[in-house]
Amino acid sequence: MFKNLTVGRALVYAALLLMAIYYLLPLYVMLTTSFKSLDDIREGNMLALPQLWQGGAWSKAWAEACTGVECNGMQGFFWNSIKMTLPAVAISTLLGAVNGYVVSMWRFKGSDALFTMLLVGCFIPFQVVLLPMAQLLGLLGLANTTAGLVLVHVVYGTAFTTLFFRNFYITVPDELVKAARIDGAGFWTIFLRILLPISGPIFVVCIIWQFTQIWNDFLFGVVFAAGESQPITVALNNLVNTSTGVKEYNVDMAAAIIAALPTLFVYMVAGRYFVRGLTAGAVKG
Amino acid sequence: MAALSINNVCKTYANGTDVLKGINIAIGDGEFLILVGPSGCGKSTLLNMIAGLDDISSGDIAIGNKRVNELSPKDRDIAMVFQSYALYPSMTVRENISFGLEIRKTPRAEIDATVKRVAEMLQITHLLERKPGQMSGGQRQRVAMGRALARNPAIFLFDEPLSNLDAKLRVEMRTEIKLMHQRLKSTIVYVTHDQIEAMTLGDKIAVMKDGIVQQFGSPQDIYDNPANLFVAGFIGSPSMNFIPATVVQSGSDIGVKICDDNGCVVLPLPHDKAKLAAFVGKEVIFGIRPEQITDARTAHRDGLPVMACHIDVIEPTGPDTLVFVSLNNTKVCCRTHPTEAKYPGESMELVFDVSKAVLFDPATEARIV
Repeated sequence: MFKNLTVGRALVYAALLLMAIYYLLPLYVMLTTSFKSLDDIREGNMLALPQLWQGGAWSKAWAEACTGVECNGMQGFFWNSIKMTLPAVAISTLLGAVNGYVVSMWRFKGSDALFTMLLVGCFIPFQVVLLPMAQLLGLLGLANTTAGLVLVHVVYGTAFTTLFFRNFYITVPDELVKAARIDGAGFWTIFLRILLPISGPIFVVCIIWQFTQIWNDFLFGVVFAAGESQPITVALNNLVNTSTGVKEYNVDMAAAIIAALPTLFVYMVAGRYFVRGLTAGAVKG
Repeated sequence: MAALSINNVCKTYANGTDVLKGINIAIGDGEFLILVGPSGCGKSTLLNMIAGLDDISSGDIAIGNKRVNELSPKDRDIAMVFQSYALYPSMTVRENISFGLEIRKTPRAEIDATVKRVAEMLQITHLLERKPGQMSGGQRQRVAMGRALARNPAIFLFDEPLSNLDAKLRVEMRTEIKLMHQRLKSTIVYVTHDQIEAMTLGDKIAVMKDGIVQQFGSPQDIYDNPANLFVAGFIGSPSMNFIPATVVQSGSDIGVKICDDNGCVVLPLPHDKAKLAAFVGKEVIFGIRPEQITDARTAHRDGLPVMACHIDVIEPTGPDTLVFVSLNNTKVCCRTHPTEAKYPGESMELVFDVSKAVLFDPATEARIV
């Protein structure tokens, strides 16, 4: 294994190892702290393993910790986030797929301009849309509801998903669509039977991207949802900031990991497709 | 099967570019039409317009007796084979071939029978369950043709179908396409930039350049009687020699004056004297094909003008040896019998068969005689 190890190589590996440690260390500290008792945390070394492994902080974070006046833990908010993220990801991804299909394969007068405007949508900062969006949600009667948050994320995410799908479909030879039109296929048949079956990689990219963005979003969640419908990111903030005497670092850490688990899970399951999808360009027919 | 007529068809893009400027072409039922020309001449656009994939700015296209301008591609009764083959990547060969029939709600039994018949005809039965990604270029080409054949359309459209194949396969597939045409007597419109494909396949050729049909006729007619300098240079390989020369009167003959290092001769032209007379003393372009300048043995005809020329380079091709000489300071290619060809630096007697030579006006590039 070390036969070809030159000095340069060794330096590269050392640098990589260092960076890996640098990025993994916080996770290590979070994990170990979450299994420690409060005494252990107070007296021990931050990097040391727990003297006694105990899961009490986890069950407390899940079911009992206080997030403001309520003390029901993270569980309700976890499901809130699931109920918000799944439809928002699904709707924005499907919309992006159809949009991308239209702007790449069915150019019409002004389609390039439309695409450019959508692109600009990717660069609009969250803060800019807060007030108009709040008014819109009020008008629609969706203020402080999960449905309202889904709408916000769909609107904001469609610009990105459209860009992803458009850039993917632009690499598909348009002769494919021409051939299908001559074969008699219409708009939806071409999309469903010819393009969708080859869109796997870009769907994975889109789903990971959207899932991470929407699950991790804090600003929209804190502004447009209140009380019962708040997503987990807002709940985590409340949990950490609600202090009743002692600061329970182990519970905070467990809650933070619970909040991060779904995105970690998505990356682990689909991560290799993510890289593949980002680099997959040409569809060699 | 159906006839095709294209009447005064124009294509102008939104930004004002004229791609096609009044195209008139008509072919009968079962004819093989070639659209040939350099890239950017508008041949593929014209094909797309026949297919209905591009709008027609003005003019009419009729398939059979039916004007199809406003019909969508699927209602024009056409099938098309693309340069990239455009096979549906996620479908097997069987699904690729049957897709068009399924969409048209053909009964299942009929679809199966058609796929079987087409696959046998193209010898792709063993590939039916494969996907396009698992096949070679030649196999994909066959499947693409199979997909077109299955539909049994009024007109087949081919868009440079052979240009992605290697040289050997290209020649094989060329013959197969010709055989298919002879057997099915189908009407075909075939776009290519390869003049050899044009000559070998077509019943009729339309040579295009800059959105205009430069000449429309049978392959032999276009080869023997090119309408202008462009057509003469485009059709034929090696291409026609264009020698700048002066028209001179010598006795009762009118000819062109041709010089090399050793001196000059006048090649008398057997063409229409009345037309030639107007050009006496003027510069013209003397066009003569390589096979019309050859050795005495190959020419085997008496009474043709002969000139001893200094050889610059020879290129043996096997059946012929191409001899390059310099006439009027222009490189000229001559096609000679391999055993008769001399070597570079030597002098060789070359026979000029001027009966099929042509003259062009250097200013307008139009044919004189």
